[in-house]
Amino acid sequence: MHTARERVLWSIGILVVLLYALIPVVWITSLSLKTPDQVGDKKFFSGISFENYEVVFSDDTFIAALINSLGIAAIATLISIVLAAMAAYALSRLEFAGKAVILSGALAVAMFPPISVVGSLFDMWRAIGLYDTWPGLIIPYMTFTLPLAIYTLSAFFREIPWELEQAAQVDGATPFQAFRKIIVPLAAPGVFTASILVFIFAWNDFIFANTLTSTDAARTVPAALAFFTGASQFEQPIGAVSAAAVVVTVPIIIMVLIFQRRIVAGLTAGAVKG
Amino acid sequence: MADIVLDKVTKRYPDGYEAVREMSLTIEDGEFVILVGPSGCGKSTALRMIAGLEDISEGELRIGDNVVNDKAPKDRDIAMVFQNYALYPHMTVRENMGFALKLAKTDKGEIDKKVTEAAKILDLEQHLDRRPANLSGGQRQRVAMGRAIVRDPAAFLMDEPLSNLDAKLRVQMRTEVSRIQKNLGTTTVYVTHDQTEAMTLGDRVAVMRSGVLQQVGSPMDLYNSPKNLFVAGFIGSPAMNFMPAKLAGDTLKLPMVDVQLSDELRGAASGGEGKQLIAGIRPEDFEDSSLVGEAAHRGATFNAKIDLVESMGSELYVHFTTSSDEKIESEELRELAEDSGAGEVPGGGQEGQIVARLDPTSKATQGEELELWLDSTKIKLFDPGDGRSLTATGDTDGQPVATEGQGPAGRDPASEPGEQRDE
Repeated sequence: MHTARERVLWSIGILVVLLYALIPVVWITSLSLKTPDQVGDKKFFSGISFENYEVVFSDDTFIAALINSLGIAAIATLISIVLAAMAAYALSRLEFAGKAVILSGALAVAMFPPISVVGSLFDMWRAIGLYDTWPGLIIPYMTFTLPLAIYTLSAFFREIPWELEQAAQVDGATPFQAFRKIIVPLAAPGVFTASILVFIFAWNDFIFANTLTSTDAARTVPAALAFFTGASQFEQPIGAVSAAAVVVTVPIIIMVLIFQRRIVAGLTAGAVKG
Repeated sequence: MADIVLDKVTKRYPDGYEAVREMSLTIEDGEFVILVGPSGCGKSTALRMIAGLEDISEGELRIGDNVVNDKAPKDRDIAMVFQNYALYPHMTVRENMGFALKLAKTDKGEIDKKVTEAAKILDLEQHLDRRPANLSGGQRQRVAMGRAIVRDPAAFLMDEPLSNLDAKLRVQMRTEVSRIQKNLGTTTVYVTHDQTEAMTLGDRVAVMRSGVLQQVGSPMDLYNSPKNLFVAGFIGSPAMNFMPAKLAGDTLKLPMVDVQLSDELRGAASGGEGKQLIAGIRPEDFEDSSLVGEAAHRGATFNAKIDLVESMGSELYVHFTTSSDEKIESEELRELAEDSGAGEVPGGGQEGQIVARLDPTSKATQGEELELWLDSTKIKLFDPGDGRSLTATGDTDGQPVATEGQGPAGRDPASEPGEQRDE
């Protein structure tokens, strides 16, 4: 049992962390709800106005960017997870020559700072026609998230008793059936964890999005925000940018909430004698 | 239903280690065969080769009339029960049991019928919609059995299926496994390291050591005429007592007493004249000499100081020590000793522990002298060099028991044939 003193200290600690994490979020939400004259009033709350949201949603550039962001992040996540699952399965189950090389190679890819490749990618993409297209962003996102996804998934795969798969094989499953019907469902928490991480990376990326796009064809929200002008060119678009930022945050929150319910610990409980 | 034939099957790992060496064994249709041995003896590897989970390096494996060496597990028509059950945690009991049938694209109604049938046999009907996580150990074990039963396969393979249960449940499930196997009449290969399970379950028992099949036979066969020191020490609980012995004429010199050998034993041991031998005596072949009665003439009596008396109610286990100047080394015994603590041979002035099983009416008391009798017709003699038994009879290697009672039956010495084992 915790003593009263411990409980007070814990409460203070939690409060500090919460404030630290939430104040910026609260501040930007409050900014997004202000009218242009209230923006500079340094108050947390000065009435609710949805004017900024109207501006944002009537802006074709922003809508296009939102669609680009969702599409590109979703496709990059899907491809990355499917490839990573297969790679991780092989890495966790098979002994083969060059296994260590592949693992450290994957890690090396993850360590590359995006800024160091973005310049040459710009030239390459322009030369082969990928500049300002969806695949032009999906490919680098997938590449940079694969190592993380492989590492996460192989950790989860390793936790699954090998006997389960052998039992499935004896039960008449082909290796692929065993993978799809036994291993993947059991590694679901890992699949969701990796999906969230990959999706967030793709969703938040600014460097690639800013460098490799130029029009609404593929420009994603983080890049689009930088070009945001607001309702007219003569006023500060602070309120509108804040509203856009809030809108951008919502899909991530929804995604995490949905998947978090699936990330239940102990999904494998009861498989083997525990 | 099918027989399983292993023909000189060898498992060699890339580093050259041989887990199973030239194993030949025929398992008849409907037979219940136990593979038993200490850990690391290759019994599980042998089972996994039959299942198709391990490649066969050399030799041939036939199930029914088909050579299955290169067939995937799913094409062998076998069901396996794993040591840790390996239930699919994301499926209910019903789905677990029906998974194989679903993969085989069996009709849904048919699956339901078979699962319900198996659940009835295993008393799992109320649990069909629960997940493995919510089941007790015994129930999980039964689901694992059920998963095998619904398949109606050519053979069941069981890899220490009871070792994760507590002692009481294990005994209960042991009877259950035996009953189910008898009712279904499905060929079964059962791996265990527990000699009690081996003795009570199997039609035949195959003892393995270091990847080599030591002896195959009915449980009583193995018990009464073990072919070598290893089998003798491994089968039976408490284990057989070993001691150095020397043959002089028709007298066998044991550390505690010289015994007059019966004609049969003398015939069997004739090659061992003057040589150092190892004698093996089972605990029940000792008795309190005051309780022996008319059988006294076929044994010898000696005095021993009792170190420890363990009363089991129905019997007494009496421990005493002997010492001998003879030094005897045997690799098989060393391995046995490492595995179970049994099989120590006193020698080189060392003291050796002997366990005797006495009638509970015996007055044996700790710390006091007691006159003990030993049945000289039951003594087993072994060659210390290669561990070979000089007294074992018959050669049942790899052959199924043709008829009941062909081997030495019961413990009646009169029916124990004493001719020398031909190599």
